[in-house]
Amino acid sequence: MLMNLFKFKGGVKPPTNKTQSVGLPIAIAPLPSKLVVPLHQSIGGMPRPVVQAGDKVLKGQLIGEADGRISAAVHAPTSGTVVDVAMHIQPHPSGLDALCVVIEPDGKDEWIDRQPLDYAAMSPEQVREHLQQSGVVGLGGAVFPTHGKLTASKTVPMEEMVINGAECEPFITCDDLLMRERAEEVVRGIGIFRDLLRPKKVLIGIEDNKPEAAAAMRAAVAAVGEDFAVIQVPTLYPAGGAKQLIRVLTGKEVPAAKRSTDLGVQCFNVATAYTAWRAIAHGEPVVSRLVTVTGNVHDPRNYEVLIGTPMDELLKLARPHPDTDGIIMGGPMMGFLVPDVHVPVIKATNCLIAHDDRLFPPKAPEMPCIRCGACAQACPHELQPFEMYWFSRAKNFGKTQEYNIFDCIECGCCSFVCPSRIPLVQYFRFAKSEIWAREREKNAADQAKTRFEFKQLREEREKADKAEKLAKAAAAQAAKKAAEAAAAAAVPADASAEATPSASGPAPAQTSAVPAVDAEKAAKMATIEAAMARAKAQREAVQPKNTENLTSEQQRAASDIEARRVAAHLIEPEPATPAGEKTE
Amino acid sequence: MDILLAIAIMALGAVVLGALLGFASVKFKVEGDPLIEKIEAILPQTQCGQCGYPGCKPYAEAIANGDEINKCPPGGVEGVQRLADLLGREVKPLDAEEKPKQIAIIDENTCIGCTLCIQACPVDAIVGAAKQMHTIVAQQCTGCELCLPPCPVECIRMEVIDENIDNWKWKYPVVEIKAAALQKAA
Ligand code: SF4
Ligand code: SF4
Ligand code: SF4
Ligand code: SF4
Repeated sequence: MLMNLFKFKGGVKPPTNKTQSVGLPIAIAPLPSKLVVPLHQSIGGMPRPVVQAGDKVLKGQLIGEADGRISAAVHAPTSGTVVDVAMHIQPHPSGLDALCVVIEPDGKDEWIDRQPLDYAAMSPEQVREHLQQSGVVGLGGAVFPTHGKLTASKTVPMEEMVINGAECEPFITCDDLLMRERAEEVVRGIGIFRDLLRPKKVLIGIEDNKPEAAAAMRAAVAAVGEDFAVIQVPTLYPAGGAKQLIRVLTGKEVPAAKRSTDLGVQCFNVATAYTAWRAIAHGEPVVSRLVTVTGNVHDPRNYEVLIGTPMDELLKLARPHPDTDGIIMGGPMMGFLVPDVHVPVIKATNCLIAHDDRLFPPKAPEMPCIRCGACAQACPHELQPFEMYWFSRAKNFGKTQEYNIFDCIECGCCSFVCPSRIPLVQYFRFAKSEIWAREREKNAADQAKTRFEFKQLREEREKADKAEKLAKAAAAQAAKKAAEAAAAAAVPADASAEATPSASGPAPAQTSAVPAVDAEKAAKMATIEAAMARAKAQREAVQPKNTENLTSEQQRAASDIEARRVAAHLIEPEPATPAGEKTE
Repeated sequence: MDILLAIAIMALGAVVLGALLGFASVKFKVEGDPLIEKIEAILPQTQCGQCGYPGCKPYAEAIANGDEINKCPPGGVEGVQRLADLLGREVKPLDAEEKPKQIAIIDENTCIGCTLCIQACPVDAIVGAAKQMHTIVAQQCTGCELCLPPCPVECIRMEVIDENIDNWKWKYPVVEIKAAALQKAA
C-alpha cells in the first residue's frame, strides 16, 4: 500500500544495536525466587492493596484495586503466598521506596478461573471497565491507563487511530518480536480499540528496519480480514514518539499544550493492543510483559517476564559478562541506570541493558555551550534546547517555560548531538521537576490561604452571632421583667376596679373609667419602680473601678469620702465592705 | 478671535478628558493594594506568626509599609530572594533558622479530646470533637506548629516530610568542568 508520508523536523540516527537481540525467539522466563509487585505502576491513582501477608493468591488474582477513574488494577503474577506488603526500592531514578506486594511463588503457576468474555455482547462501557480491572496500561513506556484513552470525543470526530510499532529507541526489540510472533492477537486487540473509538482509518506505523514485523502484521491483518494499513516509516529516532509518529503518518502536527485527540487522532502501542486482546478474549489480566535483555550479555534475547521479577534474576538468564556494572532500564536514549539491581520489572520495563564501559564509555566532562545550534536542529519538537539549557542552569524557570520546556519529551536528541557534551536533558528534567514542585507548593499555599481566611471569617461571624444572641437575650429579659411588673401592678388595680361596680351595682360609665385610668397609672408606676430597682441593683453589682490593690492609706481616704457623702445625703450608706475583699 | 477659539477648544478638550479620566477611575478602580497582593503571593501562607504578625497578610502589609523582608522562616532564603526581586530591595540573610517542611501528627492514644488544638490551628487542619480523639489532615497541615503549645497532654509532634516518589525532584546536574581539569593534572 502506497501512502504519502510526512516528515518531522530534527531527529537523530544513533546506532540501532537491534540485531543482537532478534536472533532468538521469545523465551518464557522461569519463575523467579520471589516477586515484588509495586502497586503504583501506572499514571493516576495509587491502587489500594487488597491482600495482606499470609494470603494465598492465584495467578491473575487482584492484589491492588484501581483507585479512581484514571488508575489500573494490579494482579498477582503467579500463584503463591503473599509474604509482605511493604515499601521496596523502585526502578525509578530516585532510588526511593514505594508500596509493593511481595509474593513467594509456590511453583504451580496456577491461574484463577479465566473466563473468556463474550466481546460482541459487551457494551463499550463494560469493555473499558474490564480493561481497567485487567490492568491494561500503555506499554510503550508512558503506562497511562488504556481505558482512559478509549472514550470517543463527542465534539471531535475520530479521524485516525495510530498504532505505534515504530520502536525507534536503540537496543529495544520487544515490540518487533511481539509483532513477528503474535501478530494476529495484536491485530485483534487493535480491532477492540477500533470498535470503541470508531476511527475512519487505522494506521499501523512500523520503522522500516523491521521488515519481518511489518510482513507478519500485513499477513495477520489480511488473515483477520481487517482493513488496517501497515505502513513502514523511515528509521529515524524518535519516530516512535507519539507526536512524531502522528506527524509522519497523518501530517497532523499536535500543537503545544494540546492533545492529539483534539485533532481527531489517538495513538496506542502494539503491546497494549496485545494485552487488551488477552484480557478480553482469554480473561487474562496483565501479569507479564515482553522485555528485551541485551547489552553486555552473552545471549541477548526477548523474554516474557512476570511483573515483579527482580531485574538481576532476569539479567542472569542472558548471562551477562563479568564486567557488567549496572542495568539500564529502557533504551540508551531515554532510559536510566536503575538504582539497585534487585529492583523489579514493572509494566513500563521494555528493555534491560547490561551496562559496561565499552558499550557506554563514560562521558567526557561537560564544556561550555558554544551556541552552535546543533541541538535546535536535532530537536524533534522544534524547541531551542540551548536557550532552555541556559535558563534551567540559571534556575530561571519562568523563562524556560516561555521556551516551552513542557513540550520537551526528553528524547535526548539534543544531548546526543551536543558537541560540548552538555547533559541537556538532565537540566530539563531538573527544571521541570522544580516547576512542578513550585506549582504544588503554590497550590498548597493557596489552599492554606483560603482555609485561613475562611476560619477568620467564621470566627468573626461566630463572635457577631454570639453578641447578637446576648443582646437579644438581655432585651427579652428586660421586656419580661417589665411585663411581670406591669402585671403585678395591674392585678390589684383590676381587682379594685371590678370590686367597685360589684359593690355599687350598675354604675355610670364615668365611674368605671376612673379606676381604669388609675390602674393604668399604677401599672406605669410599677414599671418605673421596677426599672429603677433594677438599675439600682445593677449599680450595686458594678464594682467601682481601680479599687483593687489599694494601699491602706488610700482605702482610708476613700472610706472617709464615702462617710462624708453619706453625711451629706448624697448616697445611701453602703454595706461596709473594703474594696479589697470585694474583688475576691 | 482665533485665540478665543483655541482656548475654547483646549478647555473643551480638558473637560472631556477630565470626565473620561474620572469615569475610568471609577470604572476600573483597583480593589485592594496590588503590591500587598503580590507580596502575599510570595509568602508561604503557613500562617504561623513567626514573622511577628498574626498571619501572612498582615506581614505582607507590613512589608509594603517598609518592614524587613527576611522575617519569614517558612519562606526560607528563597522567599527572601523573591521578595527582594519583587521589591527591588537588597537580599538579606534570613532572620531565623530555616527548617525543612514538616507536618504535625497527633498521638491518637494520648489525645484526650480537649479541642484546644482545633482552636489553635489557623487552617482548620485538625478534625475531632469534644472528648473524642483528634487527628490531623496531613494534606491541609502547613506545619506552623501553633497546635503544639495548647495541647495539655503534649501529644502532638512535628514530623519532617520525607522525600518520596511523588515529591522527588531531579537534582541539579553536576558540572564537572573543574574536576576534569584536576584529574588531568594529577
Ligand atoms: S548543541 Fe550543545 S553546544 Fe551546541 S548550541 Fe546546543 S547546547 Fe550549545
Ligand atoms: S530532549 Fe527535549 S529539547 Fe532535547 S531534542 Fe528532545 S524534545 Fe528537544
Ligand atoms: S512567618 Fe511567614 S508563613 Fe509565618 S505567618 Fe509570617 S509570613 Fe506567614
Ligand atoms: S495541624 Fe498544627 S501544625 Fe498543622 S497547620 Fe494546624 S496548627 Fe499548624
